[in-house]
Amino acid sequence: MKTRRIIVEKHYYLMMLPGMLWLVLFSIVPMSGIIMAFQDYNPGKGIFRSKWIGMENFRYLMQLDDSKQVIINTLIISVGKIIFNLLVSLVFALMLNEIRNLKYKKFVQTVVFLPHFISWVVMSTIVIGVFGYTGVINAIMGWFGREPYLFMADASIFRQLVIGTEVWKEFGYNAVIFLAALTSINPNLYEAAAIDGANRLQSTWYITLPGLASTIVLLGVLSLGNVLNAGFDQVYNLYNPLVYSTGDILDTWIYRLGLQNLQYSLATAAGLFKSAVSFIMITVSYILAYKFADYKVF
Amino acid sequence: MVKSRSIGSRILYAANVLVLFIFALSCIYPFWYTFSLSISRKSAANAGLVTFYPIGFTLSSYKEIISDIKFFNSFWISIQRTVLGTSLSLLVAIMMAYPLSKTKKEFKARNIFMWILIFCMLFNGGLIPWYITVKSYKLLDTIWALVLGGSVPVFNVILLMNFFRNFPDDIEEAAIIDGSGPWRTLFTVIVPCSLPAIATVTLFNGVYHWNEFFNGLVLMSNETKYPLQTYIQQLVVNIPTDTELTPDQYKRLSELSNKSLDAAKVFISIIPMLVVYPFLQKYFVSGIMLGAVKE
Repeated sequence: MKTRRIIVEKHYYLMMLPGMLWLVLFSIVPMSGIIMAFQDYNPGKGIFRSKWIGMENFRYLMQLDDSKQVIINTLIISVGKIIFNLLVSLVFALMLNEIRNLKYKKFVQTVVFLPHFISWVVMSTIVIGVFGYTGVINAIMGWFGREPYLFMADASIFRQLVIGTEVWKEFGYNAVIFLAALTSINPNLYEAAAIDGANRLQSTWYITLPGLASTIVLLGVLSLGNVLNAGFDQVYNLYNPLVYSTGDILDTWIYRLGLQNLQYSLATAAGLFKSAVSFIMITVSYILAYKFADYKVF
Repeated sequence: MVKSRSIGSRILYAANVLVLFIFALSCIYPFWYTFSLSISRKSAANAGLVTFYPIGFTLSSYKEIISDIKFFNSFWISIQRTVLGTSLSLLVAIMMAYPLSKTKKEFKARNIFMWILIFCMLFNGGLIPWYITVKSYKLLDTIWALVLGGSVPVFNVILLMNFFRNFPDDIEEAAIIDGSGPWRTLFTVIVPCSLPAIATVTLFNGVYHWNEFFNGLVLMSNETKYPLQTYIQQLVVNIPTDTELTPDQYKRLSELSNKSLDAAKVFISIIPMLVVYPFLQKYFVSGIMLGAVKE
């Protein structure tokens, strides 16, 4: 029996082989490139002969006004997204839960789920169209006698626009988890409350919300890992130089710094900062989720 | 439940129905808007007259696309990468998930592999090192950069692993006693019984590959090699990112493109997604619940 186990285990290793090879080539080998963050990297010389300058890149990044602004933008946009994604999808789930006509319920759920599967490339063409000079928003504003306005070029509303369109795109998808959690609340509780004379608002407040509390906390905690992820695809496709002051986020900044201005070392250093902070945040959030909600990701 | 209902609660209910209807409408509108633009007269579309319905019905944009070689070239690249990328990562994910679903007793190195996978999911070298690595493999401008560039979808492996774990041991044991080796057990017993999970993973990957534009932008040096999303991105939202710009210039730049033609291209790119949407909806819900975390 023992020899059989060893033979079977050999096959297990064989099964792991292609995946591990792929992982090594495209995840682990790139990690070694982190060395560039501590070098004055020169593409002509390569990683092995470029000059080692220690923490100089990080020191330089800290001094830049750009980097501070970019981190502030990233945090505002990502935290805004986390909060409003939770809030709107929760309210939506509660509202949908009140609907008793099952066909209508199904229809609404089907439709709001749709935008999640459309890429930001496509969505941004629509957002730019809708908020454009001749878009729907300006058309509606026109009914009230307002002059058309170039929303996409206004730095003071860009963050709100990014958060709003993200929440709009994702609320249906995010509500799925809440809708599932709602079905697990014991229906007897509602009956008991109705007999005691509670109206629907009261039973929502005293039964539904406490029933969802653990899910809300869990989702909030798990999203901590995303505080430096403000959504590259979305911002990259919506922004323009006019809104850099409020809309430029870490990922878009790193992209321009590294692949357009070819500042490899600086971009790697900024990327390392982001990866390291995200790694710590995700690890902490998983530990918290496990401790408080008994939730195991793995 | 409550039978007699007050006027107040009825108004509340009606308002609720109405608000949800507006929510739903706002999610359909973009598709309707794009479609309307694509079948409107060029002049009306470019002048921004199309907001709620098509103006001056014409199919000329679609006719124009038929002879657009660049568009079909990118469409073909997208199909290739979606088919190759989805099937390859599915196969690899199945093969990794099975041994990992075993206990440490059955597969000694299980936990070590698991930690490596989780570490790779949570930490990465960042954009530049990744780019330089792919470049050093001489993969730039090849379809393999798009297929392999995103590395192993670890999340899918974990999802499948959790599913395989719940597979009844008795059936697997019966297969082993009948003389089936691990490969045969996996592909003839376990995989056919795990179709919901496999469908979920396939759809996850398919949507990812179809919608992904960034790898195409970074790893392909010219537009004849762009996948569809990158092609559309360059076409429609291409605003220079490195120069100074005034609001007027921005306005003029955004008015430069041929709106009804662009909209027709965008609409065609959404169609595959709309076709698989019924399946997506069916499996994604179970998929989200299975993983309960987003990537």
